[in-house]
Amino acid sequence: MLPAGAGTGTVLDRVSFVVDAGSTTGLIGESGSGKTMSAMSIVGLLPPGAETAGRIAWKSEDLLTAAARRIRQVRGREIGVIFQDPLAALNPIETIGKQVGEILRRGGMPRQQVRARVLELLDRVGIPEPEQRIDVYPHELSGGMRQRVMIATALAGEPQLIIADEPTTALDVTTQARILRLLADLRDREGVAMLLVSHDLRVMAHVADVVVVMYAGRVAERGPAREVLEHPRHPYTRALAHNVPAVSTKSAIAEPLQGAPANPFDRPAGCAFHPRCPMAQDRCRTDVPVLREVEPGRFSACHFAERVES
Amino acid sequence: MTYFIVKRLAIGLLTIWGVVTAVFIVVRLAPGDQATVALGPDASAAEVAALRHTLGLDQPLLVQYLSYLGDVVRLDFGDSYRFGRPAMDQVLERFPATAELTLAATVIAIVAGLILGVIAGKKPGSGLDRAVSTVTLGMQALPPFWVGIMFILIFALQLQVLPSAGGGSLANLVLPAVTLAIPFTALVARMTRSGVAETMSEAFVQTARSKGLTETQVLTGHVVKNSLIPVVTVVGLQVGTLLGGAVIIETVFAWPGLGSLLVSAVGNRDYAVVQAATVLIALCVIVLNLAADIINAKLDPRIRLEARR
Ligand SMILES: Nc1ncnc2c1ncn2[C@@H]1O[C@H](COP(=O)(O)OP(=O)(O)O)[C@@H](O)[C@H]1O
Ligand code: SF4
Ligand SMILES: [Mg+2]
Repeated sequence: MLPAGAGTGTVLDRVSFVVDAGSTTGLIGESGSGKTMSAMSIVGLLPPGAETAGRIAWKSEDLLTAAARRIRQVRGREIGVIFQDPLAALNPIETIGKQVGEILRRGGMPRQQVRARVLELLDRVGIPEPEQRIDVYPHELSGGMRQRVMIATALAGEPQLIIADEPTTALDVTTQARILRLLADLRDREGVAMLLVSHDLRVMAHVADVVVVMYAGRVAERGPAREVLEHPRHPYTRALAHNVPAVSTKSAIAEPLQGAPANPFDRPAGCAFHPRCPMAQDRCRTDVPVLREVEPGRFSACHFAERVES
Repeated sequence: MTYFIVKRLAIGLLTIWGVVTAVFIVVRLAPGDQATVALGPDASAAEVAALRHTLGLDQPLLVQYLSYLGDVVRLDFGDSYRFGRPAMDQVLERFPATAELTLAATVIAIVAGLILGVIAGKKPGSGLDRAVSTVTLGMQALPPFWVGIMFILIFALQLQVLPSAGGGSLANLVLPAVTLAIPFTALVARMTRSGVAETMSEAFVQTARSKGLTETQVLTGHVVKNSLIPVVTVVGLQVGTLLGGAVIIETVFAWPGLGSLLVSAVGNRDYAVVQAATVLIALCVIVLNLAADIINAKLDPRIRLEARR
């Protein structure tokens, strides 16, 4: 569960979802819809000055009210993070071996053991000849290799949950597919739960078990991935999926939608989607639709969810 | 790396040749030549002409220039006509005092400047940041001679805890070094602050946090090193400037350094001393800049790559 928000603008409003152990939850939505914020709020990596309210339940504790010390323990060791742009997310002046092994070294593991473990991690994420790569700097690697390094970094602390924020967006298409396969493998082989942020519907269709569709900092729709993408219960999801004739085959970026995305800082009254919604009625301009269970396991924040045709 | 250093030294030699030539031209363009100044207004024309001949000043400029270049290559700058001793000896005698003062001021400035800059830059816009920015602005605005005089008044005359003038002991070093370090510290603090503030917004800082590091570990482990390059460059330049003689401070504290020697040599048209001092300073500046570049290449592996091209 993860409701958060308030500041000079409420960026996230009543956002809530669950990531089950060993499964992948996808966060999808146009850029600016609050996917990154939602994901990063879990480990407290929000912009400075951000105010939060609500609850972030991790196993049996609330990370939102947990002590800073406890959050730091969770970071890396219980929840790992993979960032969007691996070139920017890696320290340019340290070797990749040092960065992948940092969490282990700081945890007190002896140097030789750290090195052996890093080599093993690099091998695990599909970096060929780890001995040759361990001492190079990020700029000496390709984008795909860098993202593998980033994944190895996130795996080093053996987390039970990995948050991956647009892990393939900065990569070319072939590399994207390889990295996605790696992530799916890791989930299947090691039972790591994953929160996958992406605006690529194809990514979601391939990897996610559950998707959470976000619009202007709110959850528009939530449910099993394939069902949601094939039989949307929200006009926004429908518009996203509509642009993708076969979600399961094509690369599909959730961008080319009519009209501009609503800004969470200046959210339209009522249903934030109403200025772009083909089904909008008077009620949509005034009443904020709440997320409700429209059929078993399917949640939608549309007044007229039952009338959405797929 | 070797190629980089060799290339930089070659450029350095060219620079020295330029400096040497510029000094030659400037010195001869200045009104009143060495012979006239040396002999004073009462000397007869014959006496002046004789001295000019001895000094080689009656030769064509090109001949003077070439023979001067030949001497420079042999590191022979001739005798100071005022002291009747090799000019370079004169300069090298003063150099340690200047180097000592510069080194002391630099160490103070780096330590204090880094601390101030990091605590300001780690949270841009915070109260600490604004406080440091106000303090450093003040430190840069205070005229050093005024600070020096104030220090003498307070610590030497009023409290009588430190000597006001002269060199030779650690106590003598404190006041001039601190005076010199004040604007230098502010410079280092401001460069560090802007570097740290910029680095703090880099994505890899979030990565470091996502590994569970404390803010202090994030700063010392990732941010500071990534912010140092402009600081190293500026320190290199500033140390060169200080070696060139902190003339005013040396005068205020009667510090027996290069600055005061250079000023009096210029006033007396003591070409040989001016030239020897200038070449030595230029050499130091070149070595310092090279050192700064090597340190930066050690700090950032991407720089090494660029130098190889
Ligand atoms: N550092 C920040 N300060 C203020 N607002 C921000 C900051 N970062 C993002 N935002 C705003 O928060 C909203 C959600 O951003 P984000 O979570 O990054 O969206 P997404 O990941 O879906 O593209 C956007 O409207 C964005 O403008
Ligand atoms: S609530 Fe109204 S405006 Fe919003 S999605 Fe449903 S029909 Fe469209
Ligand atoms: Mg994002």
